[in-house]
Amino acid sequence: MPVLTHLEAIKQGIWEEMERDAAVFLIGEDIAEYGGAFKVTAGMLEKFGAERVIDTPISESAIVGAAVGSALMGLRPVVEMQFMDFIACGFDQIVNMAAKIHYRWGAKVPMVIRGPSGAGVHGGPYHSQSNEMWFVHTPGLKVVVPATAYDAKGLIKAAIRDDNPVIFYEHKFLYRRIKDEVPEEDYIVPIGKAAVRREGTDLAIITYGAMVWTALDAAAEMEKEGVSVEVVDLRSLLPYDEEAVLASVRKCSKVILLHEDTRIGGMAGELAAVISEKAFDDLDGPIVRVTAPDTPVPFSPPLEEYFLPNAEKVVNAARKLAAY
Amino acid sequence: MPSLKIQTAKPKTAGPEPALLERMLYYLKLTRECEHRIERVLYRQGKIVGGVYVGRGQEAIGVGSAIHLGPGDVVLPSHRDFSSFVIRGFTLREIFCNWLGRANGPSRGRENTTHIGSLERGVIPIISPLGDTLPVACGVAIAFRRRGAKNVALVHFGEGTTSRGDVHEAMNMAAVMKLAVIFICNNNAYAYSTATNKQYAVKDLADRAPGYGMPGVVVDGNDVLDVHQVVSEAIARARRGEGPSFIECKTFRMTGHSAHDAAEYVPESLKEEWARKDPIQRFEKLLLDRKLVSKAQISNMEKKIRQEIDDAVAFAEASPLPEGTTAVEGVYCGPNCWWERPV
Ligand SMILES: Cc1ncc(C[n+]2csc(CCOP(=O)(O)OP(=O)(O)O)c2C)c(N)n1
Ligand SMILES: [Mg+2]
Repeated sequence: MPVLTHLEAIKQGIWEEMERDAAVFLIGEDIAEYGGAFKVTAGMLEKFGAERVIDTPISESAIVGAAVGSALMGLRPVVEMQFMDFIACGFDQIVNMAAKIHYRWGAKVPMVIRGPSGAGVHGGPYHSQSNEMWFVHTPGLKVVVPATAYDAKGLIKAAIRDDNPVIFYEHKFLYRRIKDEVPEEDYIVPIGKAAVRREGTDLAIITYGAMVWTALDAAAEMEKEGVSVEVVDLRSLLPYDEEAVLASVRKCSKVILLHEDTRIGGMAGELAAVISEKAFDDLDGPIVRVTAPDTPVPFSPPLEEYFLPNAEKVVNAARKLAAY
Repeated sequence: MPSLKIQTAKPKTAGPEPALLERMLYYLKLTRECEHRIERVLYRQGKIVGGVYVGRGQEAIGVGSAIHLGPGDVVLPSHRDFSSFVIRGFTLREIFCNWLGRANGPSRGRENTTHIGSLERGVIPIISPLGDTLPVACGVAIAFRRRGAKNVALVHFGEGTTSRGDVHEAMNMAAVMKLAVIFICNNNAYAYSTATNKQYAVKDLADRAPGYGMPGVVVDGNDVLDVHQVVSEAIARARRGEGPSFIECKTFRMTGHSAHDAAEYVPESLKEEWARKDPIQRFEKLLLDRKLVSKAQISNMEKKIRQEIDDAVAFAEASPLPEGTTAVEGVYCGPNCWWERPV
């Protein structure tokens, strides 16, 4: 099986969907000749032409709005945000226009907004955010955050085929650092289904995105100490796989909720609530959160390092929880 | 290069055929009468709840523009463009069911006022955040181009809305991509209580259009024939692939911002001045003077309109309200979609 980077997998997924369905087109800033800030769309202009790979002015709101208009007319736009931080400039079109159309009048809005998010590359406050929860709190949207190359491809294809607006978070730290086997034949990864990345029995870490890899490092470390850690990769945050979350909690009875996003209002809060509502009797210890602190993402390396959860922080939390 | 700013005075052509003139009069009167029933009867009776926005005094803009649209064209009305809905084929029964929050209205009770859409009829409804439909109109025109269709998208908005960033983004995008979008601004002198001198510092909003690289036109928005003429030129241009136009229709909101608002901030003299320019009276007088319609025809028309409205209101009042539990349905589309099932 070919081995692809996270970025190549996303690109291949888009490419194949463009070949499969003429309604799919790309719209964004610097995506055509230039191929996008991270080169996800490189070569697509040459292959699919200017009508399907559309460069725009710097107008995030108009880009999202135009995607909505074209989706209503039967096209399937895939919007690139140059950085997911700038999705804020298109926020109103996403949460008020795209998300609510189907509920308000039953029309379909099949569109994807994708782009790089996350920290770890010294991008500073505006090229590092994990702002997925802005959209997880918006009924009508789907929110997807892949961790592996296999999932990145399978989920971008599922997102493009979905008839609802999907926000697709690509972690820029993973783009060229993560490689895995990606089959050549067509496949999708269904939106809303989690994956158990590592089986364990003593403690579950539930996480998503780049933190899946951090959780796996921490799990390997804990194994040396005789603690068997399960790692659950949510893959989708809206809808999320409640069954998979509860199953791991029931199995392990101890749970760490891990994310790179900041703490208050993060996904961990939602998961903690559903665990205490539905699996309270299965818990043998407090629900523990390991997250970034409630600050913007700082630039200077020691600050960014302090900000980001890492394996060591997860291990410290796991040791405390395991001792319960 | 020709000057980008066109100032249109009176229509140069012979103008629309008599049958079309009569249709325009019908839609003008229908719109006025429906909105009267909504704002001044059903709302006051407590039968319509929530916000009520009407376009009293601005009817010529919607009528003079939507009347041009053909199959495949799309209109994105403002919150004061009732006529666009009827011209595009929404029935009065549907419209009144929606105002009354009925289960069998087009939004099944999810949306108020004229926030109703239908892709078959080429109507994409406004959302409350002002200006959001302008970028959507650009996307509609991108899809036209992709299909190789010579269709156009008309998008309506008020002068207050032009202060929003989405308007700038959309006008620039439309001009850069030469999209078949007609931007129709109804300048009705107020945005809620805000007069134009607190809204913008240019003389005419159309002055901005050349700054985007598109023609800007000022037109008497209370003259349905002027609107008709100018919109027809802009549509022809767009269908030729020459790109967007901006049309500023000078008009006046002959009522409050919404039904609860007495508009005491508007000077009486201004209200009186514009009452004399009522677009419907003007057009009716013109047709009578030119002997294109008779008094008898007009009174028949008015009678028919009242009957149509009576029927629609009675139908809506007799229609069921939605079950509360249906509130959770249809957030997403997917297999066995709730919207595809009967109510
Ligand atoms: C983004 C946004 N801000 C504020 C409002 C509240 N609001 C509704 S209508 C209106 C005035 C709109 O004025 P204008 O664009 O001139 O349209 P008009 O109502 O005069 O037709 C305001 C402020 C809104 N709906 N959306
Ligand atoms: Mg106004």
